[in-house]
Amino acid sequence: MNGGTIEAPTIEYALLAPMLIVFGAAIIGVLVEAFAPRHLRKAIHMPLTLVALLGAFLLTILQAVRDGVPTTPAAMGAVAVDGPALFIWGIILILAFVSTLLINDDEQFVAQAAAVPGSNDEEEAVRSGYAQTEVYPLLLFSVGGMLLFPAANDLLVMFVALEVLSLPLYLLCGLARRRRLLSQEASLKYFLLGAFSSAFFLYGTALIYGYAGSIDLRAISSSLGTVAGQDTLLYIGTALLGVGLLFKIGAAPFQAWKPDVYQGAPTAVTALMASTVLVAAFGAVLRVFWVALGNLDWDWRPVMWGVAILTMVVGAILAITQTEIKRMLAYSSIAHAGFLLTGVIATGAVEQNRDALSAILFYLAAYGFTTVGAFAVVTMVRDAGGEAGHLSRWAGLGKRAPVLAGIFAFFLLAFAGIPLTSGFFGKYAVFSAAVASDALPLVVVGVVSSAIAAFFYVRVIVLMFFSEPAADGPSVAVPTVGTSAVVALAAAATVVLGVFPEPVLSLADQAASALFVR
Amino acid sequence: MTTHYLVLSALLFAIGGIGVLVRRNAIVVFMCVELMLNACNLAFVTFARQHGNLDGQLIAFFVMVVAAAEVVIGLAIIVMIFRTRRSASVDDANLLKY
Repeated sequence: MNGGTIEAPTIEYALLAPMLIVFGAAIIGVLVEAFAPRHLRKAIHMPLTLVALLGAFLLTILQAVRDGVPTTPAAMGAVAVDGPALFIWGIILILAFVSTLLINDDEQFVAQAAAVPGSNDEEEAVRSGYAQTEVYPLLLFSVGGMLLFPAANDLLVMFVALEVLSLPLYLLCGLARRRRLLSQEASLKYFLLGAFSSAFFLYGTALIYGYAGSIDLRAISSSLGTVAGQDTLLYIGTALLGVGLLFKIGAAPFQAWKPDVYQGAPTAVTALMASTVLVAAFGAVLRVFWVALGNLDWDWRPVMWGVAILTMVVGAILAITQTEIKRMLAYSSIAHAGFLLTGVIATGAVEQNRDALSAILFYLAAYGFTTVGAFAVVTMVRDAGGEAGHLSRWAGLGKRAPVLAGIFAFFLLAFAGIPLTSGFFGKYAVFSAAVASDALPLVVVGVVSSAIAAFFYVRVIVLMFFSEPAADGPSVAVPTVGTSAVVALAAAATVVLGVFPEPVLSLADQAASALFVR
Repeated sequence: MTTHYLVLSALLFAIGGIGVLVRRNAIVVFMCVELMLNACNLAFVTFARQHGNLDGQLIAFFVMVVAAAEVVIGLAIIVMIFRTRRSASVDDANLLKY
């Protein structure tokens, strides 16, 4: 503080525009909740949300095309809008747009969250046709946090983004229209475990700040070689940071929340969480472990090996024992987090890092679309009490609704990584990057757990097509325009990325070519 | 001499962490999380003193705001559960398993 003058910070508003649009629309959404009459709210929220997400997406593309990739962090070094960040923003925004079409379905959300389940209040609320239209601004706030999280260039911004991302999601999880006890329980569990893990993240930040004297990722990186005698702080700090981040991606041993939350949350919200949060969280994991702690890779890599192996094995094996479709997809998502972690470990020389990064980016795009599609199908298979979650209810679906069951089977094959689906190229790219960095044992475990995973995917397909439908089996709801658009889009993306992956692969290559800005 | 403060902060963090794991009432669990956040604040402020820069004190303010936001969300969820089940015990919320 010399001279008493404080310079005003410079903020590159143009670079941050996609994020600002999303946050701006969220705030307008809150105002709509406050001032618009009840019957108009949804009609205002819906276009506002979609236009904001689409606008932000187009701006992201425009930025990447017109201005190229910036070489310095924006906003006084707080936010890094670089190639990987722009690519991740693109995926998140398009997936959020698609999920919004699902969330628009009236059947998904509770009429009045404050009404106790089974009470007269609830009946009254349902009869009056109330709706919790707050889901739209909550969704936008959460998406805003997801955009900031992988682009954060210091640990404080990352922590704030983590909370902005998570807090609306905790609430959204508790708003299911049917099976409200499950939904509320999912919300409580997610909240308590999420708050617990973010406390770990924060204490890790504190210790690393103590070590490096700064929370800037670049400053942390350059302090690694210069600070002496404080290694305990650094190691414990790294471990705690890792706990917070690995919790968000649902890596074992921090995966316990995932099946519970995925099952209890409204399926449209599960679709949003399962796709976009994973994308955002991997962006942040990469930034912390590659940019800030990249020179420490000899120390964190063995631990990450263990985590990756455990995650793949736990995800694949526990998925076999599941009898609930959403829980099964949750364990499958845990296994996929493990496959992606093999890419995070595959560091080496610059060229190697590029390959690994572009593989992860492509995998995230492919996996995100397939996931949204799979959960969209789950919303359509219903019986009297809402969605038919139990696997036995899905028996013979192929005879009742051949098209829907066929599409779902296709998504499952993509999860399993069968050639001609997007999952194949994703897995191939990540595993070949891992092989190139001498992580062969990891790839062997990965391939074996893929094979185990393929077993339970195929089991569902067999169940759908080769068993007799139950007499009182679930009906397939006539999909709304939004839901069918989501399924069609996801199926198209899975086919195109599987048959003709070249454009997206080269886009991912370009995004990864300059790695992360420092 | 900032070591004492760091030890205190580590102790608070550990007490909070153990509390989250052993206590059964959701409100108490949540208070333990808040204790952990405050332990972080103490560590930040101590390190700011040690390094002679203001970053740590600045972070402490952000953490307070985030913690306040978390309280709003958390209490809403816990009250919702309590009204439904007439209990805030985390052991009673056991429908989702296996």
